[in-house]
Amino acid sequence: MMANQPLLSIRGVSKHFGGIYANQDISLDVPKGAIIGLIGPNGSGKSTLFGSICGYHPIDAGSITYEGHELKKLRTPEIARLGLIRTFQQTHVYEEMDCTKNMLISRPMRHGTVSALLHHPTAEDCERADELLEFVGLSSKRDLLAGSLSFGQQKLLEFAMALMNKPDLLLLDEPTAGINPTLINGLIDRLRQANERFGVTLFVIEHNMRVMMNLAQEIHVLAGGKLIASGAPKDIQNDPKVIEAYLGGH
Amino acid sequence: MLKQSPTQWLASLVFLGIAIAAPFLLPHNMAQLVDLMVFILIALSWDMMGGQMGYNSFGNILFFGIGMYLVASIQVMSGGYSLAEYNSAKGGNLEAFVLSAPTYVISFLVGLLVAAVLNFVIGLVLGFQLLQTRGHYFAVGTLGLGVAAGEFAGTFDILGGGSGMNFVQPPEGVDLTNLLYFTGLVVVVIFYMFLVWLHKTRFGLVMNAIRDNEDKAEAMGLPTEKVKAIAWAVAGAFAAVAGGIYGAGKNFIDPTEVAFSLPTIGVWMLLMPLIGGKGTLWGPIIGAVLFQLFKEFFWTFLFGWQRVALGLLIVIIVVFFPDGVMGGLKAIRQRMGANARKTEEAA
Repeated sequence: MMANQPLLSIRGVSKHFGGIYANQDISLDVPKGAIIGLIGPNGSGKSTLFGSICGYHPIDAGSITYEGHELKKLRTPEIARLGLIRTFQQTHVYEEMDCTKNMLISRPMRHGTVSALLHHPTAEDCERADELLEFVGLSSKRDLLAGSLSFGQQKLLEFAMALMNKPDLLLLDEPTAGINPTLINGLIDRLRQANERFGVTLFVIEHNMRVMMNLAQEIHVLAGGKLIASGAPKDIQNDPKVIEAYLGGH
Repeated sequence: MLKQSPTQWLASLVFLGIAIAAPFLLPHNMAQLVDLMVFILIALSWDMMGGQMGYNSFGNILFFGIGMYLVASIQVMSGGYSLAEYNSAKGGNLEAFVLSAPTYVISFLVGLLVAAVLNFVIGLVLGFQLLQTRGHYFAVGTLGLGVAAGEFAGTFDILGGGSGMNFVQPPEGVDLTNLLYFTGLVVVVIFYMFLVWLHKTRFGLVMNAIRDNEDKAEAMGLPTEKVKAIAWAVAGAFAAVAGGIYGAGKNFIDPTEVAFSLPTIGVWMLLMPLIGGKGTLWGPIIGAVLFQLFKEFFWTFLFGWQRVALGLLIVIIVVFFPDGVMGGLKAIRQRMGANARKTEEAA
């Protein structure tokens, strides 16, 4: 899918915890329909930026706009109901429910009204849940409790749950972490399909550079809470500032 | 999510049949049967928060006590009497405050309805504030609520102050225990059917999602704050009805020993779901039945040591049976399933 106007726009965002700046004056865009990568060494502020976008912690300065909405004024569920969904570095699934229920509860909710909560799942919802479980290769696990799945399977379930929500923008925090290396190529294909087939814009944090080089159209690099480079994967790979950030100048 | 299997529907009908027959089979144990209905209500009510949503509340006794005071007050006022006058006469000439049989019954039922509605509103208002805290903070916050409520109620002279308040004496022609028992049974059936319906909706799923992973539920756009507050409000409404029935049965409200008694009813309401298995539909009901049997046994045969015995029971349940009867049954079913698979494989 071709990238065009920004879906998410981050301007001058700063966030500190006590005396430590997790994000400093970060500005970047996520164009609609694109797959954008966010990389950086551990502790560089990637997950903090995701947390700021999704309303987990208020930002100290700057603005984050998504389809014309200023996100810093909204709470996490309100942001999600705009069609901006995130997954987590550590898996977040509903462990005491089976995979099908995890899927059904994830169907889109664009209004937070009580009446919207009193509907039963439709046959169409159940069919879509099955399709997406099959899409991520978990259809044989549909009746198992989510808590009984392996870490990698929970990652896949979380991805399927996110798609069930029909997001416009999906923030994926290390989607391949904990996934069996033999399955990673399949996951890259699915991420690309989610983008092309379902029209989901992807903003991805990933440590696996092979995945990032294969997947992202543009990559932003954070180090020490600052944005140090942005560009096409090939350029980023050879950028001296990026190499220095990862290798500590050696 | 709670789902009713055909077996569970059959069990529901059997339970209902036994419950309808119980007053005829055990006419000398009506007080215990009334208590049982109250216990089922408060166990189901507590489980909506503690079992279904993972929010352990010590404050549901607040609704129970308010419900009790409301029903008693509405009954007094329905006879055209002033509350202050009625309560200043306590222990003296209560016989002077008489209601006709229809007025007594109607005012009792209206009182329960008002108690339910008002406590629903109180639950909503408190819920939107208190339910912003999680885990231990919520539990401690609600503990404070329960403790404060009893002391606070004792400061109102119009409600009898620290020395409490009597219910209006039932007039001739009113079979009080039957009225309380069958009212309790009807409310239990309504509550049960409501829970079965609720857990087929997304609301029920969201309650369980909050229990399993509230951060995830929020990140998926689920209105967790609303669901928590409404669930607590519903729990509060039914706890208030239970309080009204219990108070009318005891015929006397003591602010700290009966209405807002944290060490007894306040703890029992969370103990019962633990015995039966919290987070399940039948767990709180089974827990309430077992608890009532244990309690009567301890109070009859171990009198003087009954609270020690009850304390030991709590320790044994928490340590050895943390998932309660329903958890135990599930484990047995799983073990039997595993054994059956092994046998099939061996064959």
